[in-house]
Amino acid sequence: MSLLRPSSSSIRRRLTLQLLVSAAVLALVLFFIVFNFARQIGSESQDRVLLASARSVLDASTIQDGEVWIDIPYFAFSMLDNPSDDRVFYQIVQDGDLLTGYEDLPQARSDGAEAGFLTVPYRTETLRIVTLTRRLSDGGQPVEVTVTVGQTRDEQADVLNRISRMTVLLGLGFFAVSAVLAVLAGQSTASSLSRLAGSVSRRGPQDLRPVVADVPSEMRPLVRSLNSLIARLSGAFTRTEDFIAEAAHRVRTPLATVRAHAENTLRRVDREENRVSLREMIRAIDESSRAAGQLLDHAMVSLRADQLELQLVELSSLVRDLVERLSPVAEMRDMPIRINAEVPCEVMGDPILIQNAVRNLLDNAVKYAPSDTPIEVGIAAESGNAIITIRDHGAGFPDPTDAQLTRRFTRGENAAGTIGSGLGLTIAEEVARAHQGHLVISNHSDGGGACVQLSIPLR
Amino acid sequence: MRFLLVEDNPQLAAAVLDRLSLDGHVVDHAGDLATADGFISTTDYDLILLDIMLPDGDGRDFLNAHRARGRTTPVIVLTARSEVSDRVGALDMGADDYIAKPFDFAELEARCRAVLRRQAGTATNVTRFGNASLNRLAGTLDVAGKSVELRNRELRLLEVFFAAPGQIIPKPKLVDRLFSYDEEVSENAIEVYVGRLRKHLEGSDVSIVTVRGLGYRLSVP
Amino acid sequence: MRAVIYSLALTLLALPAIGFEIEETLDFPGAGDGPTLRIISTADTSVFSPIITAFQDANPSVGIEYVAVTSSEVMTALAEEGAEFDLAISSAMDLQVKLANDGLADAYFSDLTRALPDWARWHDQVFAFTLEPATMVLSRAAFQGLELPTTRQELITLLRDNPDMFRGRIGTYDVRESGSGYLFATQDARTSETYWRLSELMGGLQARLYSSSADMIGDVASGEIAVAYNVLGSYAGARDDLHDQIIIIPPADFTTVMLRTALIPNSANEVELAGQMIDHLIETSWLGSDTSFNFPGVTPDALAENAALRPIQLGPGLLVYLDRLKRRQFLAEWEAALVQPE
Repeated sequence: MSLLRPSSSSIRRRLTLQLLVSAAVLALVLFFIVFNFARQIGSESQDRVLLASARSVLDASTIQDGEVWIDIPYFAFSMLDNPSDDRVFYQIVQDGDLLTGYEDLPQARSDGAEAGFLTVPYRTETLRIVTLTRRLSDGGQPVEVTVTVGQTRDEQADVLNRISRMTVLLGLGFFAVSAVLAVLAGQSTASSLSRLAGSVSRRGPQDLRPVVADVPSEMRPLVRSLNSLIARLSGAFTRTEDFIAEAAHRVRTPLATVRAHAENTLRRVDREENRVSLREMIRAIDESSRAAGQLLDHAMVSLRADQLELQLVELSSLVRDLVERLSPVAEMRDMPIRINAEVPCEVMGDPILIQNAVRNLLDNAVKYAPSDTPIEVGIAAESGNAIITIRDHGAGFPDPTDAQLTRRFTRGENAAGTIGSGLGLTIAEEVARAHQGHLVISNHSDGGGACVQLSIPLR
Repeated sequence: MRFLLVEDNPQLAAAVLDRLSLDGHVVDHAGDLATADGFISTTDYDLILLDIMLPDGDGRDFLNAHRARGRTTPVIVLTARSEVSDRVGALDMGADDYIAKPFDFAELEARCRAVLRRQAGTATNVTRFGNASLNRLAGTLDVAGKSVELRNRELRLLEVFFAAPGQIIPKPKLVDRLFSYDEEVSENAIEVYVGRLRKHLEGSDVSIVTVRGLGYRLSVP
Repeated sequence: MRAVIYSLALTLLALPAIGFEIEETLDFPGAGDGPTLRIISTADTSVFSPIITAFQDANPSVGIEYVAVTSSEVMTALAEEGAEFDLAISSAMDLQVKLANDGLADAYFSDLTRALPDWARWHDQVFAFTLEPATMVLSRAAFQGLELPTTRQELITLLRDNPDMFRGRIGTYDVRESGSGYLFATQDARTSETYWRLSELMGGLQARLYSSSADMIGDVASGEIAVAYNVLGSYAGARDDLHDQIIIIPPADFTTVMLRTALIPNSANEVELAGQMIDHLIETSWLGSDTSFNFPGVTPDALAENAALRPIQLGPGLLVYLDRLKRRQFLAEWEAALVQPE
C-alpha cells in the first residue's frame, strides 16, 4: 500500500541474513575448534608413539661387562612407520657421549623419568622429538642413558590436512544446513507475520474485533498495538456514525418543529402576504433539511464505501421495497411508479448503500418530474451487469453528458425551483463506483425524460 | 381516529398535536417511553407515531416490546437519523413505516393512510352525505351505489370538503393542501381538480359550489 | 654389443679419486652428444643390460654409465664420499631407506610412481620395482635320492640327519660383506628363532660364506656345494643355463621377499632422466610390457595369493639393524653361530 513507507528490507530477508551470518561465524568457530582439537590430538598421538619408541629402546638397554648394550627392538622404529613415510632419527647418548645414532640430533629437555618433547628444525625438516633418560647401574656405578627419537611431521600435517579438509566440508555442511534452516526460520517467522496479516486482511472491513491470531511472543506487542489501533479505529467509526446520527438529530428535530408550526400557521392565516412568507419559510426549511440530509447521507456513503462490506443483495426485492416506501409520496403527486423486473438480480454489495443510491434516484424522479406522469423502474441483467434503470417523463437533463451533474452540489439547470441539493446523483455514482459499477445519465429518446442507469456487476 | 404521539421535543409534539387535532383526530402525547407505556396499556389507538431518540430509551426497544406483547397497532417511526445508517432498521423492528423529520404533514397523512389501509382493509372510515359516501382509506367515492376510484389529489381535495361541509374554503388553502410547497402552482390549478370532482359527484346529493371571490363550498342535503 | 666392459683395474686407474670399490662399469654411449645418466647399482650388469638397452631404444641420445658395486658400497659412495650419481639401484632396502631417511634422496613424482602400491614406495623417494625372494638353492646332483626340503625346519632336519654329506658343502652370504645377505639374515632373525638354529647348525658344518650371489649359485651348479641358503632366487632363476644343475626352493614356512629399489640421490645432475629411468623400471617390471625385464621374481598377484611370501617392509624399521650397536650385536651373534673354529 502506498501509505507504507518504502521499507528498507523485509523481516524475512533480514532475519535470514542474520541467521546466515551467525551460521557462518559458528561454522568458522567450529572449524577452528575442530582444527585445533585435531592438531592437538594429532600431536599427542605422535608424541605417544615417539615416547613408546624411545621407551622400547631404553627397555632394551643393558650393561654387560661394563659396556652399555642396546638391542634396539625392530618395532622401536617400525612402529613409527606411517602412510606418509615420515623420516625417523634417533640418538642414544651415554653420560653425554654419543653411543649410536645421529650425532647432530638435538635433544629435548628431559627431567628424570619425565620425557621431554620438542619441535625443532633439523636438517631441512621440522622434527618432533622426544628425549627420555634412564639411569642404569654398572655394578653400583650409575650410568645415564639418554634416548632421543625424532620424527618428521608429514603424517601429522597430512592428517591435519585431511581433517581440515573434512572440517572445511563439515563447516560448509553445517553452514549449508544452517542456511536452509535460516531460510526456513525466516519463512516461518515471515509466515507467522503473514498469518497475522492474513487474519487481519481476511476479515471484513466492518470487522473491528481484536486480532486473536496465534503469533510468537515477540509479535505480541505488535498485535497489542494493532488491537489498540483497531479499538481506536472502531471507536472513531462508532463516534463518526454517532456524530452523523447525532448531527442529523440535532438539525432535523428543530427543523421539523419549525416546519410543523409554519404549516399549522399557514392553515390559520388568511392574509396573502403572510401566507407567501410562510410558504417561503417552509420551502427554505425543506431545502435546508434536504441538503442536510443529503450531506449526512453523503458522508455516510463515503464512510461505508471506503469500508465496503459485501453481501448478497437481491436487487428486485430491494427496489420493490424502496418503491413501496416511496409510493405514498409519489401518489400525492399522482405519479404511478411502474416496476419492470425481469429476473431476480443478485449482486455482491452493501444493501444500505445501494438502497441509498436508488432512493436518491427515485427521489429525484418524484421531485423533478411533473405530477400526473409515470416513473418507470427497470431491473435487468445485461452482459454481466445488473442494471437498474429509473426513467421519468419530465424535461430530462439539459446536457446528460455534463460530468458536472454528478459533482457535489450540482443540480440540473431546469431543476431550478425544485428543492434538492443535487447530491443525489453524486451519491448514486459514488455507490456505483464503490461496487465497481457505473452510473449512466441520459435523456430518453422516446418522449424525453431523464433516464438514469445504475449498473453493478452481477455476482 | 385516535393517535398516540411519542415525542420528547415538546414544541414539535405541540405542532403535530395541533395539526392532527385540526384534522379532527384525537391525539395523546407521551414525552417518554414510560408515559407511552402507561397510555397504551389503558387505551386502544388506531396509530402510534413513535420517535426513536427518547430520554428514557430507544424507541425501537419500545417497538420491540410492543410487538412482543402481540399488539398490532400500526406504528410509524419518526426518525431524525440519516436513512443510510444501518442502525435505523426500524422496519425490521416491526414498524409499519417511517418518516424522516422534518416531514410534510401531507406526507405524514399519506403514510398514515397507507398504513391504516394495509392494517384495516377498506371497511372503515367512511363519510357519508346523502347518497354520496367517501371511503378515505380505500380512496373511493360511492354515488348512488356506483363506486369511483379517486386519484390521490381528488381524494385529498374531497376530504377537505367532506371534513367541513357547508363551509367556504378559500382557494389558497386548497392549494396548500393539494400541492407541496416547492411546487409553483396557480390557484387556477385547483379549478381543474374541482372540475373533476364535480364530474364524479354528478347525480349525487352533494355538490361543490363556487363562491365567487371567496372560494368553494360543499353543499350537502 | 654397445657395452664396453672395462676391467676393474682399468676403472680404478681411470678414477683414482674414488674410494668406494667398483666391481664393474658398463658404458652405454648414446647417439650424438646427448646427456649421460650415471647409475650406481648392486645388480649384476648382465641382469641389468637388457633394461638399459630397452631404455636407450626409447631414448637413443641418452648415454648410460652403469657402475656395479656391492650394496654397502652404494652407501659409502653416496653418504660418505658424495659421489655424483643420477640413480641408485639397490637390493639393500635398508640402506636405500636410510639414504632417503637421512635426506640424501630427491623426491620424484609421476603418474607411474603414484600408481605404485603404498608398500612399493617410501617417502616418494624410494621406489620398488622388483619382488625377489630369498631362496634355498640346491644342487640337483647332491640331492639325488634325497627328499627335497621345503621349509627351514626340513632343511635343519636334513642337515642334522646327514652331517657328513653337507659338511663344508653349505653356502650362505657373509653378512659382514653382503648387504643383501645382512638384510635377509636380520629379517630371518626377527621373524623366527629357526634362523639361529639353522645358523648354528650351518656353522657347525663349516658353512662357506659368500659375498656374491653369483659365486654361490655357480658353486651350487658345479656341485662344489650342495645347498645355498638365502640366495636371491631372482639371480638363480635368471640363470637359464643352470636349470639342469640347480633346484630353487622358496622356503614354505616363510619366504623373505626383498624389494629392489631405485632412488635419485640428491647429488644427481640428470634428475629428469633419472625420473624417466624410474618410470621405465616401474613400467617394465610391474606392467610387464617389456620382456627385457630379467628378474624372475614374485608377481604382485602371487604375493596376494601366497601367505608365505613376506615382503620386507619399506620403512623406518629397517633403520634398526643399521644401527651401529645393533649391527655389532647382530654380527657378534652371527659370528658366534656361523664362524666356528674347525
